[in-house]
Amino acid sequence: MIATRDAYGEALAELGGENDKIVVLDADLSGSTKTGVFAKKFPNRFFNMGIAEANMVGTAAGLAAVGKVPFLSTFAIFAAGRGWEQIRQSVAYPKANVKIVATHGGVTVGEDGGSHQSVEDVAIMRAIPNMTVIVPADGEETKGAIRAAAAYKGPVYVRLGRNKVPSVFPAGHKFEIGKGVVVVPGTDLTFITTGLMTAAAVTAAEKLKAEGISARVLHIGTIKPLDKEVVLQAAEETGAIVTAEEHSVVGGLGGAVAEFLAETCPTLMKRVGVYDRFGTSGKSDELLKYFGLNAETLIEEAREIVSRKK
Amino acid sequence: MKEKIADLEEKARRLRVAIVKTLHKSQSGHTGGSLSAIDMVCALYFHKMRHNPADPAWDGRDRFVLSKGHAAPALYVTLAECGYFPAEDLMMLRRLGSHLQGHPDSKGTPGVDVCTGSLGQGLSMANGMALGLKLDGKENRVYAVLGDGELQEGQIWEAAMAAAHYKSDNLCALIDSNGLQIDGDVSKVMNVSSISDKFKAFGWNVIEIDGHDMRQIVDALDQAEAHKGAPTAIVAKTVKGKGVHLFENKASYHGVTPNDDELPEALRCLGCCD
Repeated sequence: MIATRDAYGEALAELGGENDKIVVLDADLSGSTKTGVFAKKFPNRFFNMGIAEANMVGTAAGLAAVGKVPFLSTFAIFAAGRGWEQIRQSVAYPKANVKIVATHGGVTVGEDGGSHQSVEDVAIMRAIPNMTVIVPADGEETKGAIRAAAAYKGPVYVRLGRNKVPSVFPAGHKFEIGKGVVVVPGTDLTFITTGLMTAAAVTAAEKLKAEGISARVLHIGTIKPLDKEVVLQAAEETGAIVTAEEHSVVGGLGGAVAEFLAETCPTLMKRVGVYDRFGTSGKSDELLKYFGLNAETLIEEAREIVSRKK
Repeated sequence: MKEKIADLEEKARRLRVAIVKTLHKSQSGHTGGSLSAIDMVCALYFHKMRHNPADPAWDGRDRFVLSKGHAAPALYVTLAECGYFPAEDLMMLRRLGSHLQGHPDSKGTPGVDVCTGSLGQGLSMANGMALGLKLDGKENRVYAVLGDGELQEGQIWEAAMAAAHYKSDNLCALIDSNGLQIDGDVSKVMNVSSISDKFKAFGWNVIEIDGHDMRQIVDALDQAEAHKGAPTAIVAKTVKGKGVHLFENKASYHGVTPNDDELPEALRCLGCCD
């Protein structure tokens, strides 16, 4: 168990030693986003921009324009929300080589409440042309994703969480932008999941096995570009899809999969996520339960969708 | 020096003619703000900035950000005059398939480094460039032209704060203060004065000039380069539509182009006989 933001801090500090073009910007949250680890190691390549996210995005675009590889971080709600138009105009439109690594995505921010719980960021980042959107499942995948983002030339949005999450991938797991990974094979339905919901789907698949339901778990680390090949394969081979994400069901992974399958291979589908609501204060485990973002919900939805297949 | 100034003045006159002809041809674009900024853009490209039209990506170049991106015609005619692309391209301004987009687009136009047009974002990008160049120990400078109406965007002041905080003395902002925006007088829509006091309060070196007096522009750019420890803002009093009485000081000429009837008179004002 490790928080994806902690893995980010480690990966960033490591990469900083390998590539001196990497610079990091933060908006007064370097302790929380873990960019502080980089700041300590490479103080001259770290810019604290204060509580001014729009300017931070523009500054990163300028740094990229003179050949730097800027990573900028703050909470997802401020990065993607407050910085949206700046990201669209100054970063994505010119294909600037800027990496936006947003932490504290989703409802597991917890007690801070609805104001801080970003359940729309994947949808609004996904709508921007040229933007790559990544939501890692665990710490190991985060490290790979940060490495891949640094090597990729162009705008990337990586969404991370606050809390420790269970491991899904073994140490040394290779992350490839745009590639989905079948974590558990199965034939009756497919859980297409991202972020911390992949671990929940693995648990659900194990329990369903005992009931005689064979559930495939397809982890989508890159929501955009979507790995259409594995999604289509899942639809054709299992005939039923349950998507799951710690995000609104509007426009996130579920939306991306539904849009694609509706035009290529209409399939029985159910989206697990936050149903067009704002977050609320509470402990993160309580909130996951409150919003139905857990293995129990996935099991119920799996049973239901498999029964509809018949 | 006198010759140099006269030469720049003549260049600026010719660039004004090019702006008017280009906008007449396109029948879409921003006349007033292009004519108010052109003297400064001219001084930058033909006097101050290190750049190489034969190699737009030359590492040793100074950087330019047209934060008030709607003045794109002023930048395009200047880049064409420098030789970044053929002058004939200007006739394709804002047309489908043209590399001359309605607002500057770094992906298509040689000599354009960043995309601008959504107001308020250019100074942040300029400061990012300045920080990056300094980090590499380079002496290259970054120039950004902003509008006075644009200063109503809060991001400008975030950027002003950051540039002073990081002592970006390789950054120079030129404020094209023509006093007008789409809905009318800047002072009536949302008063931004005193621009100089605001930049001073944020820790900038401030120089006030007449933005159409070539000698003052050149002197201010030289002073800005010599100033160490803080970025410089050149607050330039300008006239929207400068040079063509039909367009001067008219908010209605913000996004309007010369029509067939106005063209001959506009060119006559600019001493153009062809």
